[in-house]
Amino acid sequence: MSHLPLLIPLSLLLPALVIPLVGFWRSNLTPAVASLGAGLSFAFAVFGLLAVLSQGELRYQLGGWPPPIGIEYVLDALSAFMAALITGIGLVALIHARRSLLREVPDRIVPFYALALLLLAGLTGIVVTGDLFNLYVFLEIASLSAYALMAVGDERAPVSAFRYLILGSIGGSFYLLGVGFIYFTTGSLNMSDVAQRLPGLYESRSTIAAATFMVVGLSLKMALFPLHLWLPDAYTYAPSAASALIAPIMTKVAAYGLIRLFLTVFEPTYLRDMLPVASIIGWLAAAGVLFGSVMAIAQSDFRRMLAYSSVSQIAYVGVGIGLANPLGLIGALLHILNHAFMKGCLFLVAGSIRFRTGISDIPAFAGLGRTMPWTMAGFSLAALSMVGVPPTAGFFSKWYLVLAGIDASNWTAVAVILASTLLNAVYFFRILEKLYLVPPHGGAAQVKAREVPFEMLGPVLFLAAGLLFLGLANAVIVDEVLEPIVASLYNLESQGL
Amino acid sequence: MMAVILGRYVYFMTAVLLVIGLYGMIAKRNLIKKLIGMNIFQTAIFLFFIQGATKPGATVPVFDARLGTEAAHYLNPLPHVLILTAIVVSVATTGVALALLITIYRRYRSLDEGIILKRMGRS
Repeated sequence: MSHLPLLIPLSLLLPALVIPLVGFWRSNLTPAVASLGAGLSFAFAVFGLLAVLSQGELRYQLGGWPPPIGIEYVLDALSAFMAALITGIGLVALIHARRSLLREVPDRIVPFYALALLLLAGLTGIVVTGDLFNLYVFLEIASLSAYALMAVGDERAPVSAFRYLILGSIGGSFYLLGVGFIYFTTGSLNMSDVAQRLPGLYESRSTIAAATFMVVGLSLKMALFPLHLWLPDAYTYAPSAASALIAPIMTKVAAYGLIRLFLTVFEPTYLRDMLPVASIIGWLAAAGVLFGSVMAIAQSDFRRMLAYSSVSQIAYVGVGIGLANPLGLIGALLHILNHAFMKGCLFLVAGSIRFRTGISDIPAFAGLGRTMPWTMAGFSLAALSMVGVPPTAGFFSKWYLVLAGIDASNWTAVAVILASTLLNAVYFFRILEKLYLVPPHGGAAQVKAREVPFEMLGPVLFLAAGLLFLGLANAVIVDEVLEPIVASLYNLESQGL
Repeated sequence: MMAVILGRYVYFMTAVLLVIGLYGMIAKRNLIKKLIGMNIFQTAIFLFFIQGATKPGATVPVFDARLGTEAAHYLNPLPHVLILTAIVVSVATTGVALALLITIYRRYRSLDEGIILKRMGRS
């Protein structure tokens, strides 16, 4: 029995508990401990992904109790992929966070790192657990740390964090209610066990209620339009380091939860053909793609624009899930990966700009392209990727989503994705113009701005280079990682997509 | 009609509590009332789980030689255990929420959403 599935969240949870103690002794050691924990967990996740791809899924029985009585952790290709993504992006964001925290909230570094690791532990726990109730507990661990992380920002942060808390708790509670219905209909909480017992009960009203509650709850956590109301304020007022950590991965993990429900717990056909859940999600997501992009154009605050752009980008994943065919799932998963890199890079750039100039107002960005050339080079790559210019990564996920739309003859989805590409171009080229073409005017802050220290520049450039790499290596990623995932979820032969 | 209500009154009560909680969270302007709404909402879900564990004529799930190993004589302990965990989660959420509310009150001297929004716009 391999211990890998447990080690991934555990190597984050232990440092989260150790950090406050280390902080009493030497507070400047905490970033190192945090990065160590995240790095260790990332190593386990990558190792797990390789092991899973070559040997099939790993199962770990907690406390040695065999399922369905005990809780089981399952590392299959999808969860290993998500775990590697979460810990990898988390590690990069944590490295960038130190200088930015010293500038913005210097007295709260120790709790920040403890909460950040608790957040990552919760998120990785969600992806490795094979138990529906355990997923709820990890979901709330992650959400609670996110509320606290977001509340330490500027003076409006507690209000937006409270709003997030209320809506997030509704989401979590709906999910819990759905779990209750599942438990009382099937008598089990283990995902694979439930999946075996459910098919005879699909017509039952409690199964329908369970599916509805769980999907609505997870959609709230995922900020799927129109349940996104908590997101823009929360991301805007949080400390830069917190948004850079939370924005790229948090909503994606809820999307993972939806994919699990759609394909592992229920049969792929149930939520598509017997209940219209997939098409409802697809339509809402299509509306969300356009709404988020249009709202992003209207914003003058850089981080608020990125937040609305997140609403739009997570809806791309929703479109992929809603199309409910293998190609759509590949597009959704590839977009989860690409968007984590893009949004991570963009929020790190936002943090870097705030670190040097203290501004996040787009009109004031004029001339920063000259004073912070490397940071802005990273920004430009990420912006091009958001628009979807080949060969950056963003192009390929949109490509698969469009292919999936054509495959399902869903022309609305195709049109929405193409239209939103134009809208993305509008709001990103507007900034590129400010950065490179408009000469700096007046503001002393921009003229004096210098390049950020390497500790902050490194993560930005790493993610930007990653975008090029993901774009160029996209065929390898799809063939070697995503197709096996999708094939195993849909029970297909790997080559026959 | 009466039979339906009497047979399932627990579900109706749960649904009523859920709706009261949701109403409190969404419609109330006072942030403390929103938090109370959240607690009512979560309690409704706890009660839903607990009622699912009951069996007529069953007793606490501790082995008793006179009752034997027949499962029908004992309550189902699993929902209780799940709900203990969920209560811990709920307490933690309430704790974080109260901490946020203290910070908000110190900053804006009010817990009314409208007043806070007004004072936010001015600063």
